[in-house]
Amino acid sequence: MSLISTLARLEAVSSGRAQPAATVRHRRLSDRPLVLVPLTTAGEAGAPLGALVGTDRDAPHLLVVAQPRDRDLRFAFLSELADVVLPYLDGYAESVEAAERTETDPETGKRVKVEVELCADAPQLIVPSRAGVEFLRLLGRSMRFRRTAEQDPETPYPAPPRLPLLGRWLTHFAERARVPGASLLPAVTDLLARHWASGQSTLEDQHLGALLAWIDPPEGVTGAEAALRAELDRDAEGQLLCPPAGPATDPAFDNRLLAPAIERYDRARTALAAAEDGLEADDRLGALTAAEREIRALVESRTRPTWDAVWRGLDLLRALPEGAHVEERWTRDRWSFTAHRDRVLAGEPPQPRRDDAVTAANKLAAREREQARLEAQEALDDPLVMAGRRLSGEAFAGEVTDVVMAYSEGKRPSPRPLVTVRTDDRPYLGERARVYRSLGGRPQAAEFVGYEDEGALVVLRIVDKMGRGKEPEVGSVPEKGDPVCFTLFEHEQRGGAKLPDPEDTPWTHGGPPGEAAAPEPDPVTAEDLL
Amino acid sequence: MPLPRTREKKLRQRLAELRGPEVPAKALDARALAALAANPGCRRRALLDGAGVNKAALAGALGSPAAFGQSQFALTRGNAFEARVKADGGAELLRLVHEKLDRRAEPPSDAELPELTAIGPEGRTARTTHALRDATATGGWTLLDHPMLALDVAGSPAFLEPDAVVVHPDGSWTVVEIKSFPMLDGSADPAKVGAAARQAAVYVLALEELAARLDPAPAVRHHVLLVCPKDFSNLATASAVDIRKQRAVTARQLARLTRVQDIADALPEGTCFSPDLPAAELTAAVESVPATYAPECLSACELAFHCRDRSRADGAVTSLGRSARAELGGLTTVEDVLAAARGEAGDPADPAVAALRRAAELRAEALGGAVEGGATCR
Amino acid sequence: MTTQAFDPGAEAARATGAILHDTLHGSARGVVVDSPPGAGKSTLVVRAALELADAGRPLMVVAQTNAQVDDLVVRLAEKSPDLPVGRLHSSDADPYDKALDDLPNVRKSAKAGDLTGLAVVISTAAKWGHVKVDEPWRHAIVDEAYQMRSDALLAVAGLFERALFVGDPGQLDPFAIVGSEQWAGLSYDPSSSAVTTLLAHNPELPQHRLPVSWRLPASAAPLVSDAFYPYTPFRSGTGHDDRRLAFAVPADGSGADRVIDEAAESGWGLLELPARHTPRTDPEAVRAVAAVVRRLLDRGGAATSERSPDPTPLTADRIAVGTAHRDQAAAVRAALTELGVTEVTVDTANRLQGREYDVTVVLHPLSGRPDATAFHLETGRLCVLASRHRHACIVVCREGVADLLDDYPSTEPVQLGTLVKFPDGWEANHAVLAHLAEHRVPHRP
Repeated sequence: MSLISTLARLEAVSSGRAQPAATVRHRRLSDRPLVLVPLTTAGEAGAPLGALVGTDRDAPHLLVVAQPRDRDLRFAFLSELADVVLPYLDGYAESVEAAERTETDPETGKRVKVEVELCADAPQLIVPSRAGVEFLRLLGRSMRFRRTAEQDPETPYPAPPRLPLLGRWLTHFAERARVPGASLLPAVTDLLARHWASGQSTLEDQHLGALLAWIDPPEGVTGAEAALRAELDRDAEGQLLCPPAGPATDPAFDNRLLAPAIERYDRARTALAAAEDGLEADDRLGALTAAEREIRALVESRTRPTWDAVWRGLDLLRALPEGAHVEERWTRDRWSFTAHRDRVLAGEPPQPRRDDAVTAANKLAAREREQARLEAQEALDDPLVMAGRRLSGEAFAGEVTDVVMAYSEGKRPSPRPLVTVRTDDRPYLGERARVYRSLGGRPQAAEFVGYEDEGALVVLRIVDKMGRGKEPEVGSVPEKGDPVCFTLFEHEQRGGAKLPDPEDTPWTHGGPPGEAAAPEPDPVTAEDLL
Repeated sequence: MPLPRTREKKLRQRLAELRGPEVPAKALDARALAALAANPGCRRRALLDGAGVNKAALAGALGSPAAFGQSQFALTRGNAFEARVKADGGAELLRLVHEKLDRRAEPPSDAELPELTAIGPEGRTARTTHALRDATATGGWTLLDHPMLALDVAGSPAFLEPDAVVVHPDGSWTVVEIKSFPMLDGSADPAKVGAAARQAAVYVLALEELAARLDPAPAVRHHVLLVCPKDFSNLATASAVDIRKQRAVTARQLARLTRVQDIADALPEGTCFSPDLPAAELTAAVESVPATYAPECLSACELAFHCRDRSRADGAVTSLGRSARAELGGLTTVEDVLAAARGEAGDPADPAVAALRRAAELRAEALGGAVEGGATCR
Repeated sequence: MTTQAFDPGAEAARATGAILHDTLHGSARGVVVDSPPGAGKSTLVVRAALELADAGRPLMVVAQTNAQVDDLVVRLAEKSPDLPVGRLHSSDADPYDKALDDLPNVRKSAKAGDLTGLAVVISTAAKWGHVKVDEPWRHAIVDEAYQMRSDALLAVAGLFERALFVGDPGQLDPFAIVGSEQWAGLSYDPSSSAVTTLLAHNPELPQHRLPVSWRLPASAAPLVSDAFYPYTPFRSGTGHDDRRLAFAVPADGSGADRVIDEAAESGWGLLELPARHTPRTDPEAVRAVAAVVRRLLDRGGAATSERSPDPTPLTADRIAVGTAHRDQAAAVRAALTELGVTEVTVDTANRLQGREYDVTVVLHPLSGRPDATAFHLETGRLCVLASRHRHACIVVCREGVADLLDDYPSTEPVQLGTLVKFPDGWEANHAVLAHLAEHRVPHRP
């Protein structure tokens, strides 16, 4: 934890309210996000219990699996989920604009510009917590290799038609969520914790109710008190007043309410199956419906508070103005969405179980670049973030006290003005270190010349962005009295090394992975579950 | 090293007094081992676990009940999976041990399954010792289902119950842990695997103590077998986990644990942690042993909510996380730090104080600038 | 094995001979060499390069930093001034050491095409990653291969047919600035070290180990070997009587002087300040470090070693100060300047990797810390700091680190399928502390 964020947390403790950790919003919030509050069954891998899902905060769809160990019921749930999610995604896939992309021409090997489609906007799935992102990843993994009856008439337990497609999309969103700064699938706790410092630990910040309590406590209550209530208060039945944001449920809920309800449901189902005549069946169907309704009510009672909390969190976030570079990063999310849309349209197979060597290395390199980009852009967009970088010696701000014109040596001398900056910051500048400032949104580089006045004055030599002439262009050199801020980190990221194509994977990395066979579905047994 | 008989007896008596009359000692279960790994320096935890106090009951009696419950769904599934793995004379489990750890040995068939039931943990430990000794000499495969091992923890004996121990034809021993989290495409939740590895390391240490008493001493393997459900199915898959690191760390942690005896000796006369005592008295008893609370305790120790309340009431900076103190030097409370940051206290020559003031200035400047509209630093 | 039976010179020569044989005449595409601190890695690389060049095989050399590349170029030119060497560099400002301009047979360029046909071409992995060739090099040497990431090797492996991989497995591991858990356990995990991936795919490659540290004295090799290389032990090339550190000026009774004497005598010294939680730039500890350095210089130190019969004066260039953080290094530099010392190297562990001094003064990474993070517990960091010296290492530390370690346990997550090669940082820290405690000099500033 950096000192400046520790200080913010301590101020939160002392004031009883979360303190700002950002002055602008560093992530895109869609005007029409699809919120998803899933619940899972304890002990099972990827066995959903239910979910609230939708784009209308007042009218979420409630999806429930009355018996989570029943494969048919689970398939029905996932189909319903696909019915909500896929049309939402399609809505964004259809509206496109023309864009240019640089590609390598396969024949000449040259980099050429090609005209392509770019989706005009991208969809956004929002879950309450990081565990929700992991759960969607798991659901995606469990579905994308399933075979439908249409794909393979022989397949033993065929999946409903659109299930594998939903699996591929959820996999894509979850994978994108690993990219720093990406906003296709954010978790509300992460968004809130990025913008506010609460008076509790980062571990405790994972509790959506507690985190919201610190940021926006009810009248007359401190954040600490409200958070404690959100964490621990239970009703007369021993149930948490603020249920966990999921997907895991509270064991007390499982044991006292859910288990008996599922048992009643199972009994009603068995009874219905054993009904001997129509009249009896009608009665027993009624009992079954009632039992199912009861489970639906239970699931709704555990998800609705979280659903409302998610929207409240989004309200709080929307009150912050969007950071200047957020749009640029969102464009990358649009590219990502468009690219996956194209892969699906082109009939490519689902994402493999594990990346090959080249894909893994490319992803890691891309994410490292995005991380560096995110850190630089957040600092440029937000003085509070920059303050942290200044404190750690990675940037300095101050006033220009002197500008001396100078020129480079050589046949065509270029301007290399010496600029003296008075600063209270203490940057770690090595000999001839490069520093950068933002000049109309573009980075201008300078070279560190030396300190004066015991470090209070930093002398720099500006080296670029002054035009081609002998005299620097107007406004390209700071003037005496100007406030300036220089960073030791670069503002834009360089491209990494060019990796070979997967089919040229070298011997050090196992050689070419071979023809990508269509991935086999997971083996299924008569009973999926224990 | 075992304590001299009389001292050991005295300690046992003292620990029994701490638990309270008629309260049986609790075995050192997986959660207690996790708590040990998560916070070895905490004296309160060391004493309570050493004395076999039921911390969950204690936390309830203190008015800060632990949030650990187990869903019956998870419990059912866990038990069902373990039963499945061990079904049919442990055939599947032994097949996995052979495949993942000892391919050169003959494939297991007709493995021995010694009966290990006995009265009380001491009895079960004795049965386990006999069974292991006998099995080592047979030159075949033996599966010990839920053996009981004893280990000296901070001077008090603790009983451990691994899911299984397998004796190989070469006489070596392997610890088997069966968990119900899935191995998905060959990988599993690293935090859970880490916890399982640390837990298994304790079992390995206990087995090594036992092995050292046999002649010749059998080898205890430093790769344990972790058995989990495969992908989304109920089929078993397994992975050999190298626990040399965890073993070395745990051995050192155990060696460095402040002797429970010493902690107990420092307590006021008549201290008792029986959950039947009035809350005020219990609170006083618990407060008489110092704790080292950190948020990590929340996921490992039943007493965490109680300790957190205290830590927050004291204004301890570490209640925000261990890392919160990283740059605060000697300042330990919220108010001290804030006073130093505001310039009301602290020596400006102390780099921690100077950095705090600078941080406070920069923060105020950035937030002020934002209110006036627009970043000052573009 | 007894000391008498161990002939370090012969052991080292045998290892080097086998390595060169496998490199020049073997059939394997790769040869891997583990080199503990000061075991003659650079000498080996230079020798292998010259022999490959002599054999007429075009050679590319991959190192990890520009400083390493420049250092290799200089060493090659020293050994074989006529050898045509190419230094491929970036197009940034000051891309290479100006000292290279004085070497007549070294050609420098930012374009690989300009260097075609030279016997040896040397560059960083990052720069090689942008090079394209039609015809791969016959041979490559990859230096500091344990500090190279797997993905960096993936980018350059297509450039050569076969390679010699040399590195020190005990130093700081490569790292990624974003999470890479999803690839953990894969043989080609892009964030793991190049050697890990290479061996996972090619387990049959010959692996060698340089068995003797010529840098570390007999007093240091056992500790460093046990604590950081438990599964690949090494020995010191010298005996206890081969190295001597003596001071003309007698001790004045101060803590600094007493710890200097202890270290001169035993090879290790721990100057222990009273327990206290401090910020990173603990002024007392920083002053103590500076005072030790000042006294090392003032007391007329002389180092005797197997290199020459006459003592060599312990001058500023033979002393280094190591810290964990840059701000600590800056604070020590400032404190030294106040004492009039300007020539002594003060740097972080990352930057001291691969360097060698007679005496090092180390500010313990955990000194005075209220917490211990993974960064501070990283095995490689302590290993680098504790293995730069030929004669003595003096550690300055606050009391109470052992208790701190107890409070900050090692609860690392475990990824299935990953290889465990090293001891836990927590465990290694304890081992080193226990050893240092035997050479403790309490100091009350």
